[in-house]
Amino acid sequence: MRWKRRHVLDTDDWTRDEIEGVLETTGAMIEVLSRPIRRAPPLRGRTVVLFFAEASTRTRVSFELAAKALSADVVNITASGSSVEKGESLYDTVRTLQALGGDVVVMRHSASGAPYFVAERTDAAVINAGDGWHAHPTQGLLDAYTLRGALGDLDGKRIVIVGDVLHSRVARSDINTLVPLGATVTLSGPPTLMPAPWRCGQPPRGVTYESDIDRALDGADAVIALRLQKERQEGGLLPSLREYTRVWGLTAARVERMRTGAPVMHPGPMNEGVEIDTAVAHGARSLVEKQVTNGVAVRMALLYLLVGTPSLEAAS
Amino acid sequence: MRPEELEREGYLVTAGLIDLHAHLREPGFEDSETIATGAHAALRGGFTTICAMPNTEPAIDSPGLVAELTLRGEAAGGARVLPIATITRGRAGHELADLIELAAAGAVAFSDDGSPVDDARLFRHALEYARAKDLLVIEHPQDMALSAKGVMHEGVVSARLGLSGIPSAAEEAAVARDLELAELTGARLHLTHLSTAGSVALVRAAKADGIRVTCDVTPHHLALIDEWVAGSRALAWEDAPGVRAVPYDSSTKVNPPLRTLADVRALWKGLADGTVDAIATDHAPHASPKKDVEFDQAAFGISGIETALSLVLGGVAAGWCERDVAIRALTSGPAAILGLTVRADDWIAIDPVAEWTVTADALVSLGKNTPLLGRTLRGRVVAAAVGGEVRYEGGTRGATPAPGR
Repeated sequence: MRWKRRHVLDTDDWTRDEIEGVLETTGAMIEVLSRPIRRAPPLRGRTVVLFFAEASTRTRVSFELAAKALSADVVNITASGSSVEKGESLYDTVRTLQALGGDVVVMRHSASGAPYFVAERTDAAVINAGDGWHAHPTQGLLDAYTLRGALGDLDGKRIVIVGDVLHSRVARSDINTLVPLGATVTLSGPPTLMPAPWRCGQPPRGVTYESDIDRALDGADAVIALRLQKERQEGGLLPSLREYTRVWGLTAARVERMRTGAPVMHPGPMNEGVEIDTAVAHGARSLVEKQVTNGVAVRMALLYLLVGTPSLEAAS
Repeated sequence: MRPEELEREGYLVTAGLIDLHAHLREPGFEDSETIATGAHAALRGGFTTICAMPNTEPAIDSPGLVAELTLRGEAAGGARVLPIATITRGRAGHELADLIELAAAGAVAFSDDGSPVDDARLFRHALEYARAKDLLVIEHPQDMALSAKGVMHEGVVSARLGLSGIPSAAEEAAVARDLELAELTGARLHLTHLSTAGSVALVRAAKADGIRVTCDVTPHHLALIDEWVAGSRALAWEDAPGVRAVPYDSSTKVNPPLRTLADVRALWKGLADGTVDAIATDHAPHASPKKDVEFDQAAFGISGIETALSLVLGGVAAGWCERDVAIRALTSGPAAILGLTVRADDWIAIDPVAEWTVTADALVSLGKNTPLLGRTLRGRVVAAAVGGEVRYEGGTRGATPAPGR
């Protein structure tokens, strides 16, 4: 694979080759992470700015570890305490980012499309670490990597995504990564939490909707549960969390409907007892911790491909 | 310069265009547009008469403000500026403005545009009261609860982009309500900027039932679709994907939102069969700070008065509509709605084949917020006269041979 992209904003226009290339590089990063000293030099002298305008500890820490494992300098601009919360405009923040002169801006933002706004106005390479309901490309890639580790080739595999797809950037990025790799995706969850056209005859390629979770899980190769935001109930989208859990919660009995040993994933943080039972979340099928580990490697791979110098040899 | 000569030279000479729906932003938002810049931008676009929407600060809800606006319009020396006043005091949707006094001061119509009159009972009374003098009420049909926090058309594109959608039903439910109230009251109702196939069908049926309703559509809803939010820059009648822009460009954010190709086709069909009475620009200029933000946060609106004619002529050239029908929808159509006669001394000359590139500098409007920036369009106004006085002359005339040669 020849890497040609300047930014990672969305994977919706990536070819299978490009996705495979990143997954391959991720494998090399797993190797770096397995070394006694988990550090390689390809980003030495590079600055990675972590601009998180929406609270997120996990993704931010994952990127920070990834950047440091490649010897980059890391600068944090977080929402709390920064001027974003004081009403500074995104444009002002971009000017600051530009002046800071970082090589990569990793950004999380509550507005769908915000990374495009930043990428247009800065010289840095921008990695989208989650924008609104739109995309979370590194999550899609790490989920694909994790599923491949468990299932091998994804061609012909059927992956169920259950929960609040409407508001989920994870679901969108999972679809955009898994379908080009040959998998099909079955969405399940309350109709109010699905994009209306996806329910009504216009789903994306490779995607179907099945409101009945039991039917969706029958014979599936894996399931990804999405986090349910508690405020959906207040928005009139759900009668109650209790009813959601009863109708769409991932229980031990339900996951048995999948193929033998079919894995369970969740992007975290989990609401145990709401969208997923504790026994399932930490059971034998769970790949949740694997996802976290692989997340660091995927992020290393992207940083490396975007601004790394070739050598992956251990720092002397 | 006489129109007959221009016609002999090969230019298309027509009555001056009339815009039922323009936002001039003055008073209150003069960094986005002024009466003067808007009135001159209008001439460039071929409009010799424009109706100014009253959602200014303060809103145009008193006879003094109407008179002041009229004076400023005359002083601008551009297109004729006809003030529209609010339906409700302060455009707040709670009590009626003094409609009859406002009309006496020169308001040509009444609208709370930008928002609907959400309260159906109050809107019923507005329509009923307007009957006293057969005043024209212009409604912006939108069910605010259904459109909620939507920022673009709800469909496959919004689903893909993760943007919250405004369903077609948000417009159609309001159109249905408004038509019921027009029937109930017998009042004259004009529905502005219809954007969906369903809305056109509702109005078609209402007209067949004898309800006194008229409606308009905008040039951008006739030419652009929701894929533009995702970066497409192909006009509705262009097959080629063409150049793509960066997605989430806030210049594509407009209310009602850009809809689907099926909707666009239905709007043209409505024009052709007379369901749609007029093309109005909904010219909505915004200063850049209102647009240079996240898509969610950006103001709704497209600065469109200078590109309107080119877009409509583009559709005509593509065979989507007869030229006469399109020109009528820009002249005698809106004149009839306003109860005006088309004046012989307001005229324009168009070079229908001249190409021009839409750039920030090329636009006279202070609002540069159009997704057409960078695009080359065909059809340009070369002269515009108001009351027999040529107030704009330019474009390609003189620089290139006249189109007839």
